[in-house]
Amino acid sequence: MSQEKKKLNTDSNAYTIVYAAVMVVIVALLLALTSSALKKRQDDNIALDKKKQILRALNVNLDGQDAAALYEQYVTAAQLVKIDGTVVSEDRDVAFGVDVAKENAKPETERQLPIYFATIDGQQKYVLPLRGAGLWGPIWGYVALNDDKQTIFGVDFSHESETPGLGGEITKEFFTTRFKGKTLYASGENAVEVVKSNANDQQVDAISGATFTSNGVRDMFNSSLKQYVIFLGGISEGSTVEANDTADSTEGAIDSEATQVMPCCNAATAEIAEEASND
Amino acid sequence: MRLSDKTKEVLLGPLSQNNPVIVQVLGICSALAVTVQLEPAIVMGLAVTIIVAMSNVVISLLRNTIPMRIRIIVQLVVVAALVTVVSEVLKAFAYDVSVQLSVYIGLIITNCILMGRLEAFAMSNKPWDSLLDGLGNGVGYALILIIVAFFRELFGSGTLFGMRVIPECFYDWGYANNGLMIMPPMALILVGCIIWAHRAKNKDLQEK
Repeated sequence: MSQEKKKLNTDSNAYTIVYAAVMVVIVALLLALTSSALKKRQDDNIALDKKKQILRALNVNLDGQDAAALYEQYVTAAQLVKIDGTVVSEDRDVAFGVDVAKENAKPETERQLPIYFATIDGQQKYVLPLRGAGLWGPIWGYVALNDDKQTIFGVDFSHESETPGLGGEITKEFFTTRFKGKTLYASGENAVEVVKSNANDQQVDAISGATFTSNGVRDMFNSSLKQYVIFLGGISEGSTVEANDTADSTEGAIDSEATQVMPCCNAATAEIAEEASND
Repeated sequence: MRLSDKTKEVLLGPLSQNNPVIVQVLGICSALAVTVQLEPAIVMGLAVTIIVAMSNVVISLLRNTIPMRIRIIVQLVVVAALVTVVSEVLKAFAYDVSVQLSVYIGLIITNCILMGRLEAFAMSNKPWDSLLDGLGNGVGYALILIIVAFFRELFGSGTLFGMRVIPECFYDWGYANNGLMIMPPMALILVGCIIWAHRAKNKDLQEK
């Protein structure tokens, strides 16, 4: 390309060090600029996506619709509650702005978690956030309950880094529809049973090849819903005892599947090995 | 525009004679990970094509200035920076796409095809040729992914693009999906079969 550049001794120590330093500064600047220039738009997108997730859990058809307007229409109120049932805030926007992941990192008694109140076709629905661990990273979602606070009206799941085509399938409709109409704590052991085969009408059929993620979904229901024991038990007296029992027996091992970051191709290879050994 | 012989070879060679997956044997790991279904395979193929082409051009422009001793680091920084910027832009302007891509973005950086092409081609060729080389290799990679994903999804789940193609009545007659197809080892076996068929046709590629 350029003749004069070839005369430069590109192998000298000084050149190498200066080159590396300049490169790092340029790349850092570029990344910082991109990040700060796009931050506002990204945050808006994330908030909109959250609204969409809540609406999908409420089985609202979002095709070609303005999700923000639908959210205003259906989700009528929201609360922030503590695990002992105290209501911290009644402000819908405050409750919406809470980062469930950060709250889950706090000690149990200090967490402030949102409950969304929605009205669909004149019926009262409650939407609760879920958060847990999949195979590779966090999974989260929303569960909408009927006004008996026991029957699942709809669910929506998201994930950060589950294997596409395997664990990543939990977001798909074919999987989320399997949760509709199930009764919480029907078996008394788990909030929702996710089983490998021969699911009965109260159990959910897991995804083949994604056992870890499917179990993660089950554990996510357990660990997330036990934080709403007071709320869930409040209306139907009969379920209070049951719900409390379950909360005690819920395993705290949700974090045991630590997210691992492996360098280079090993990440993909290990992922394959993990997923392969699952079934 | 008429393509010269060299340009043709650079662009079309990677599709068959010099295919990154089945001849150069690069990028095998991700070829196993994302080929359970057709859709992710196509998205991954597309994403890799764009990133290989872009980083090839950048490295090719810088090739005479890069100090030899830290060239791998420079290549890695360019790839990582490009991937990060692309993912940030997607998050801001095409959020749904970025959610769908999620883990692919990370997998792209680990894809051996990138480093392989930067080191083998972009470091010693002009930007235009490097662009074509990147496109050719990306498409060659996508091609293999799509072939593997086609068979894995068809026989593993009985669907294509998530739509059922094997009729329900087959299942009533005792047909069953092949569970092994969903497992990664089957991708390796399928890639092996493709290499076998490919070399049987192209005798000059056979090792002595």
